[in-house]
Amino acid sequence: MPQLDARVPAGPIAGKWDRHKFEMKLVNPANKRKFTLIVVGTGLAGASAASSLGELGYNVLSFCIQDSPRRAHSIAAQGGINAAKNYQNDGDSVYRLFYDTVKGGDYRSREANVYRLAQLSVNIIDQCVAQGVPFARDYGGLLDNRSFGGAQVSRTFYARGQTGQQLLLGAYQSLMRQVHHETVTLFPRREMLDLVVVDGRARGIVVRNLKTGEIERYAADAVILATGGYGTAYYLSTNAVNSNVTAAWRAHKRGAYFANPCYTQIHPTCIPVSGEHQSKLTLMSESLRNDGRVWVPRKVGDRRPPEQIPEDERDYYLERKYPSFGNLVPRDVASRNAKQVCDDGRGVGETGLAVYLDFADAIRRIGIEGIRDKYGNLFQMYQKITDENPYETPMRIYPAIHYTMGGLWVDYNLMSTIPGLHVLGEANFSDHGANRLGASALMQGLADGYFVIPYTIADYLASTPLPKISTDHDAFKQASDAAQRQINALLDVKGTRTIRHFHRALGRILWDDVGMSRTAESLTRALAEIPKLREEFWHDVSVPGAPDNLNQSLEYAGRVADYLDFAELLALDAQHRRESCGGHFREESQTPDGEALRDDEHFSYVAAWEYTGPGQRPELHKEPLVFDEVHPTQRSYK
Amino acid sequence: MRLKLRIWRQAGPTAPGRLEDYAADDISPDMSFLEMLDVVNEGLVRQGKDAIAFDSDCREGICGMCSLVVNGVPHGPDRGTTVCQLHMRRYKDGDTITIEPWRARAFPVVKDLIVDRSAFDRIIAAGGYVSVNAGGAPDGNAIPISKAIYEQAMDSAACIGCGACVAACKNASAHLFMGAKISQLARLPQGQVERASRVAAMVHQADAEGFGSCSNEGECEAVCPKEIPISNIARITRELVKAVWRGGE
Repeated sequence: MPQLDARVPAGPIAGKWDRHKFEMKLVNPANKRKFTLIVVGTGLAGASAASSLGELGYNVLSFCIQDSPRRAHSIAAQGGINAAKNYQNDGDSVYRLFYDTVKGGDYRSREANVYRLAQLSVNIIDQCVAQGVPFARDYGGLLDNRSFGGAQVSRTFYARGQTGQQLLLGAYQSLMRQVHHETVTLFPRREMLDLVVVDGRARGIVVRNLKTGEIERYAADAVILATGGYGTAYYLSTNAVNSNVTAAWRAHKRGAYFANPCYTQIHPTCIPVSGEHQSKLTLMSESLRNDGRVWVPRKVGDRRPPEQIPEDERDYYLERKYPSFGNLVPRDVASRNAKQVCDDGRGVGETGLAVYLDFADAIRRIGIEGIRDKYGNLFQMYQKITDENPYETPMRIYPAIHYTMGGLWVDYNLMSTIPGLHVLGEANFSDHGANRLGASALMQGLADGYFVIPYTIADYLASTPLPKISTDHDAFKQASDAAQRQINALLDVKGTRTIRHFHRALGRILWDDVGMSRTAESLTRALAEIPKLREEFWHDVSVPGAPDNLNQSLEYAGRVADYLDFAELLALDAQHRRESCGGHFREESQTPDGEALRDDEHFSYVAAWEYTGPGQRPELHKEPLVFDEVHPTQRSYK
Repeated sequence: MRLKLRIWRQAGPTAPGRLEDYAADDISPDMSFLEMLDVVNEGLVRQGKDAIAFDSDCREGICGMCSLVVNGVPHGPDRGTTVCQLHMRRYKDGDTITIEPWRARAFPVVKDLIVDRSAFDRIIAAGGYVSVNAGGAPDGNAIPISKAIYEQAMDSAACIGCGACVAACKNASAHLFMGAKISQLARLPQGQVERASRVAAMVHQADAEGFGSCSNEGECEAVCPKEIPISNIARITRELVKAVWRGGE
């Protein structure tokens, strides 16, 4: 089986990035404007990359599916962003953030990448403060921190419950400044439908102009994907309704390996599902777990309202099982425990698929005003959606798909297996292993965009022959014809069922069989059902409207078609990984306490899948994981 | 419950538009307003008809993409709420609901309920930022900022750029949107260097886009889903006067 080389620089871990930065080639300032770079996506990773590359003088083309780059889904991140500043004097350091992230990822991430991430975390905070991002301050005027899921130090910076919004607006404003300086050109309401590969290198993209329906071609010297994760494959997730896997999947079909798709993160604190009509799930920041206590009734089937259940008949199961971390255990542990108590019949609310998150003790301790200061907008949002007042009655929460650790495989330079195609942020697989710690996604997106890609892309551009190409090149024609053919095929089915019907059906298969816990049996079932559903989709889907104007049904159909392909790879990866690790829980592989049990002897590698053609089994490539610094142990949060 | 909907349909930017009637049956009070429209669209798609086009993305009130005028009010009847967070429990069986797009010269209709708000992006591009390149920033704690200043800056920074303020204003003024960004950056030490040039450039751009002037009606504040107060608008004038006195920059 072929092995993948991540091209990690040699030497001690603390010096790798600095030495690598020195060893990489540079592009002369006067030559930068001669290079055109495409950046797809304008979330934290895409906007920070496009603005930073524009600042350096490259000619940047920035694409997004929304009407404005400011709307990318990074905006919805609530809780915060980690950085190893040690402002709190509580023992934090770059090494500790690195250590926590490798451990939290259940020893399935690449050490060198994680170390670099921890190093760069401190620069991100400085950068954002300089942009005017209003991070929370203490009474002395210094930056405030909170502790966040799975961490024993306070290293999380935040801006009320709107951290993602404020960071994204900082990056967006920097991006718009470059638009003003004409180093960046914006292409909003564009959806990438294909990657154009010429002589083995990524040289452009084909997009659909969502306003006019036109298929447009753009050429460049390199392409950067920052198109986010694939959580909406599950239909219901905390992702935005337009988030999708299409750009990444189509790049995969052009030769970019897809790594660890089975590593999906279920967020423990979401508002429970209320009915079939539901279009998305809403996350409540897990910072709530700092003050909220998670519990269910001790007795099975106890339907009394929460205030009538006395203290000694409540089971604060996280505090009971994990005395040292309590309610702050990592997300995967918290989620699985919630599922377990509900499976035991102790779930609460109408559906029985929920647990309580109770603030009564915190309100007694710091008062209603104290709680309102910390979580006011979250409490308001909860009340708006559920019509219940969480200051008076405990919140009900349940896990939901939230983040996907898997993504396109990239080397240390964030380049995929297609030379010239770089992948940043959630769209790549690189830093979080099998489980992402809270407040680390914002950190990774911005580290990739502000501080990694500006260096590594120069090395690629300076060391690669890149003859000028035009969009009349055959490869562009072939890609845009293929995109047009798929559009026509979708419109031509003229079936009887709605696109949403298929998306919902796919979501149900994935949630039931490839969700919070997986078995050989459930995965075999999913792998039988997904192709059947896909078959049905291509025979019976109804996509109304025309190809040559704004047609949201057509956009949606293309995304669901890709999910139906992608889901099979997700299930296949989950089936092949016969161990539990982080967010991937195989029931066959657990400790006597019910914790995820890794099999390091057989599975200490990144699984990177190569597309081999429609209906063909993808080929597995392995990147062995080497742990020189953090010795893999059984994770324990007791 | 069953509702009667009157919805603005317009095939394209130059096509004439009109209100059309639709029935929304089997609507549950737990649905969000946009989920109610999803249900109506499901019905249309099943009949092979063109779905009603409307913008939405995060559906949790923060991305600013959703933009519907409901019974004459941008984002509908609930204060401090985007239309994606409006729930059908607000309505009762038999109600008639009229749904229209944002209407403003600077926000041309693209299709049905979707408008083009790129004018907002151009206002930010004109000066709504601090000019700082990645890489050279001083330590985040180098400049202490009092909690009170932080709180005020954050109140302004909460703007989601949805454009409801423009849609509600009889002058289609973008002053609340602009004022929020100008106030945020004017309060923070990081925003001082470009303070005068920023306000001048943004106001100039808003004029060029065709947004109107502010006549202090306060409708923008009333519909703002983030409840950003019009004191942010007062600050534009103050900043502008200061900029003129300093001779611009």
